[in-house]
Amino acid sequence: MSVAERPAPPTDASGRGAAFASPEGGEELGVVEPLIFEASRAGRRAVRFPDASQRARDAADGQPPLPAWAQRGRPARLPEVSELDLLRHFNRLAHLNYAIDLNFYPLGSCTMKYNPKVNEWAARLPGFAESHPLDPDAIAQGSLALEWLLAELLKEISGFEAVSLQPAAGAQGELTGLLMTRAYHRSRGEGETRTKVLVPDSAHGTNPATASMVGYQAVTIRSNDHGGIDLEALRAALGADVAALMITNPSTLGIFEDQIDQVLEAVHDAGAIAYMDGANLNAILGRFRPGEAGFDVMHFNLHKTFSTPHGGGGPGAGPVGVSSRLEPFLPVPLPVLVNGDPDEVRRNAWAGRSTASARFALDHDRPQSIGKVRMHTGNFGMFVRAYTYIRSNGGAGLRTVSDDAVLAANYLRIGLADAYELPYDRICKHEVVFSGRRQKRQHGVTTLDIAKAILDAGVHPPTVYFPLIVEEALMIEPTETESVETLDAFIAIMRDIAHRAEHDPESVRRSPVSTPVGRLDEASAARRPDLRHAFEAGDV
Amino acid sequence: MSTYPDDLRYSKEHEWVRVDGETATIGITKYAADELGDIVFVDLPQVGASLEQFGSFGVVESVKAVSDLYAPVSGEVTEVNPALSGQPELLNSDPFGEGWIARLTLADPAQLDELLDADGYAQLTA
Repeated sequence: MSVAERPAPPTDASGRGAAFASPEGGEELGVVEPLIFEASRAGRRAVRFPDASQRARDAADGQPPLPAWAQRGRPARLPEVSELDLLRHFNRLAHLNYAIDLNFYPLGSCTMKYNPKVNEWAARLPGFAESHPLDPDAIAQGSLALEWLLAELLKEISGFEAVSLQPAAGAQGELTGLLMTRAYHRSRGEGETRTKVLVPDSAHGTNPATASMVGYQAVTIRSNDHGGIDLEALRAALGADVAALMITNPSTLGIFEDQIDQVLEAVHDAGAIAYMDGANLNAILGRFRPGEAGFDVMHFNLHKTFSTPHGGGGPGAGPVGVSSRLEPFLPVPLPVLVNGDPDEVRRNAWAGRSTASARFALDHDRPQSIGKVRMHTGNFGMFVRAYTYIRSNGGAGLRTVSDDAVLAANYLRIGLADAYELPYDRICKHEVVFSGRRQKRQHGVTTLDIAKAILDAGVHPPTVYFPLIVEEALMIEPTETESVETLDAFIAIMRDIAHRAEHDPESVRRSPVSTPVGRLDEASAARRPDLRHAFEAGDV
Repeated sequence: MSTYPDDLRYSKEHEWVRVDGETATIGITKYAADELGDIVFVDLPQVGASLEQFGSFGVVESVKAVSDLYAPVSGEVTEVNPALSGQPELLNSDPFGEGWIARLTLADPAQLDELLDADGYAQLTA
């Protein structure tokens, strides 16, 4: 989107609202869209409720009022606007937004692939969309069948013995995995002695956070010069006090752990659980099955690998797959097939047929379960989308997904290798990590400046300053859904920025200049956040 | 190559220590502050806490990343820098001065031998 296409921004006389301070501080850059509160006019309504029926009034008569402690002292200060005010406000905000449906989104580690619209069609089928999580099993057979079949597909893809769809995000999948790990060690009388979780320094930041949340001590294992885990350091750290190794594979460097067999052997010899962070599964579909390789537990990110939306912060879905060791500890309830031959049900389903004799139910009777981690069975709408994606690609299609994702990342790696430093110069998987070190040291242009210049070119920047083990990191994940023309255009953008960093560094440091607001003062926003709307003069 | 104050000792984790009698003042180096970028939050230790050399004692958060703080020497915390909770940017603007993090009673002066001097640290970060 160019500046010229945007309507002139409304001005804000109060100087408050969605205004942004310039990096120099204090000076307002102008309001792009006022807050909805500023459009509020007393008594204006978008929704008018009908008068209560006589029957409802009769039913309410004689009921005790809400206790005083539960009543508001004054009405909630909600914006009072018409439906049209509301619609325009959010539509204008939506026009300022950036999305995969608009342009390239190479945000490393996030797998911002295109989300096929057929997923949305399936999720809106009335039988799914109008079902209720508290429907009795007898009238929820279609939804239960979908959950059971999706778990079967994820088992097939990952090589695990069992899958729970319940966790609502990758990090919650990690939490679920480590809670099961803790339950497993406790069941063997080792709950008190195994207190550490080993995490390579190339892992996702959520891994050590999860370990801490479950009460474990996170111990960092360094990477070797090739970006793999340092086997000697791993062996030295393993012992009877280690509960698990959490490994992101491929790692955040986009590198597949080529000593994974030795890593798994060492972990199992020490009696520990091997956790694989499956966030980067998009690189290995049809090529590597973690459960088969010997991992005990892995989470899937349906919103990454299986094309369910990232938008608006979710809802995500982070199912977990487990080996037979951890299966007894899976969250409840678990969708199960209670009548019918599983092979026949699967065969029929893949052929597009239902199985008349099949009956599904939710199994709550799992005495060793860690319990519930999420309401009902999880974010069901995401299951329909992921199931649709897997079924519409098929096994061979999913393998092509990963092959193309890896090809695209390596295409960018080769295309930019002379423009930016490659700290780990080897064939990568689905993402490639460059360093802006040269630009910073020689020209005073930081990775942040480069990211802002990418915004000016109309593309969402890659992940920056992560992984932490790469100085001035630029982590680029193109995904398989981009054409070679898009990749070429991105290479041209990145080469142009590298060229300008050398010959006209100020033009890079000045960016962005074509975005709705200029360079934001991220430090002040974090140090002194101003998040409250001043309703009246004097409010803070 | 940058130069660093001669009266300090440095850890490989980019913390510094200044010893004055039995008191050790600790902080993070200018190199660390520059690499972290704009620092927005410092999780300070409690007065009375017992720190162990090279053990984690707090967290520093910048617009880029969250990093652990590692004590360059062992000792009991006698004072923390009260200015940092309101002005974490002092770590960026004056890391060796007003941006000090905590004062400790130095447990073992021999631990200083395990730290780098200014030249050694300058070489580490070159």
